[in-house]
Amino acid sequence: MEKVERTAISKTKTKKAHKHMTIQRKEELQGFVFLTPWIIGFLFITAGPLLFSLYASFTNYDVTSQMEFIGFENYIKMFTQDSLFWTSLYNTLYYVAFSVPLTTAGAVLLAVLLNQGVPGMRFYRTIFYLPAVLSGVGVYLLWMQLLAPSTGLINTLLAFVGIQGPAWLFDPQWTKPALIFMKLWSLGGGMLLYLASLQGVPKTLYEAAEIDGANAFHRFRHITLPMITPVIFFDLVTSLIGGFQVFQEAYVMTESGNGGPANSLVFFNLHMWNNAFESFDMGYAMGMSWVLFVIILILTLINIKLAPRWVHYEGEDK
Amino acid sequence: MSTFADKRSSYFQSVKVRKRIMQIVVTTILILGSLLILSPVWWMLATSLKSMREIMQFPPTFIPEDFHFQNYVETWKSAPFTRYTLNTLFITACCVIGSVFSNSFVAYGFAKVKFRFKNVLFALVLATMMIPGFVTMIPQYIVFSKLGWLNTYLPLIVPSLFGSAFFIFLLRQFFLTIPNELIEAAKIDGANHFYIWWKIAVPLAKPAIATVAIFSFNGAWNDFLGPLLYVNDESLYSLQIGLQVFKGEISTQWNYLMAGSLMVLLPVIVLFFIFQRYFIEGMNITSGSKG
Repeated sequence: MEKVERTAISKTKTKKAHKHMTIQRKEELQGFVFLTPWIIGFLFITAGPLLFSLYASFTNYDVTSQMEFIGFENYIKMFTQDSLFWTSLYNTLYYVAFSVPLTTAGAVLLAVLLNQGVPGMRFYRTIFYLPAVLSGVGVYLLWMQLLAPSTGLINTLLAFVGIQGPAWLFDPQWTKPALIFMKLWSLGGGMLLYLASLQGVPKTLYEAAEIDGANAFHRFRHITLPMITPVIFFDLVTSLIGGFQVFQEAYVMTESGNGGPANSLVFFNLHMWNNAFESFDMGYAMGMSWVLFVIILILTLINIKLAPRWVHYEGEDK
Repeated sequence: MSTFADKRSSYFQSVKVRKRIMQIVVTTILILGSLLILSPVWWMLATSLKSMREIMQFPPTFIPEDFHFQNYVETWKSAPFTRYTLNTLFITACCVIGSVFSNSFVAYGFAKVKFRFKNVLFALVLATMMIPGFVTMIPQYIVFSKLGWLNTYLPLIVPSLFGSAFFIFLLRQFFLTIPNELIEAAKIDGANHFYIWWKIAVPLAKPAIATVAIFSFNGAWNDFLGPLLYVNDESLYSLQIGLQVFKGEISTQWNYLMAGSLMVLLPVIVLFFIFQRYFIEGMNITSGSKG
């Protein structure tokens, strides 16, 4: 009698365990079904192409006829024979070096101003954010008009304050600053990120600091800034990646992508584009893309390495 | 005793005055800044309504002397803009629908289904955000050309069916806030995850899904690189390419160029003012999780 009971219990137990297993397996199976779209995309439009381009950068691939392994020839040509490669690298670094810090600082400043509790904050927020959602050819055409040397808005406004504006897109010295100005117009996207995180800073922190006699600058330096460093970090990393890929504005705002006066707007990706789709030197272009990838990767890793020195995470004592 | 009270009240008085001055200064800066930010848009509108003679005159005028509304009609007629608009609407609609489905699907999996290697895979999703698009652009072009998809909309639409890291991340953050008890209760009632995703999670995540829809509308509408790479036939041009070609054809007819630009940008501007809450929502989710 006892024995029978015991086997019955153990039977239900194993049944239960079995049932549990199938539920777990079912759950697991469903999980992978949910991931399928992303996995297909990852394999066929990210990882696969990435590996292919790494291999192809060691060949003379031209899409149609040839794909012979040529070793490091593309890279050697890039670094030693192609002077436009260095020009494009210089132009891109110039653009990143100015546009990234300026937009970041501008966005932080604007967010702090908007966070001062002045009436109409939502209204200003909308206005400042608007340019960030506008992009594409329409915006580039608009800026070509704004930057027009004699009839454009910018030089007209400069003339009001007695400054004779440069020829912007027609003067090799001013083409890149012109594009940086255009970039600054759309810093509202970053501003919105900072504003959202500023609003999460507890008010009590400011009140306590004020009682302790901290002035506005101190409060900014020791409360506001540390609290938003994680967002600054995120913004810095993503806008660095974006900045290095500057292409469209240079393509649209110069005559059919020729790179502007004195090659001053030949950015890395424009040069790569012309190699790939004008001269169909695909292997070479893919080699260039890997050089850019490695540069971005190194800078991102440096960013991540340096982050613990200045990025402050809430709940973490230091 | 009284001197202390006096001191105190004068201290608060001065704090109040300082705050007031601060507010006035900040407001002034913000108003000037707003004018500066809006002036390009105004300039575009003004230029689009001027005659060429007025555009060329010096000094330039801020308000058109007379309003040439026919500039818009002439612009619209001087290139097949109706065709371009329909093409763009088609591409955009496909991309929005595709990305809403795929991203919410994948994001639900990451947020609410238990399976092995989930965290590793999610880290991989986030890592793909760091890959510059230009590195995969050329090999993708080769893949699509080998598939015979050149000069079709497939290379522009199909990738949206695979989800994108940023949207997956955004929706996952939102799905995580759905209480697990709700999911478990539905499971006990016999529902599987697909049913729960479609019938419970998606309806609850409407605001976040609206954010994804709007961002992907913007992305598809403003996409220049995709159509530039893949579409050659003039009858297949999108608005962005149409505008670029239009620029080459009429060179410095700035009134027409500005009219064309404004017409292309207008849907985005209108959408922005109607749905700005969702734009801001998306940004809040992004910064909140990072901050």
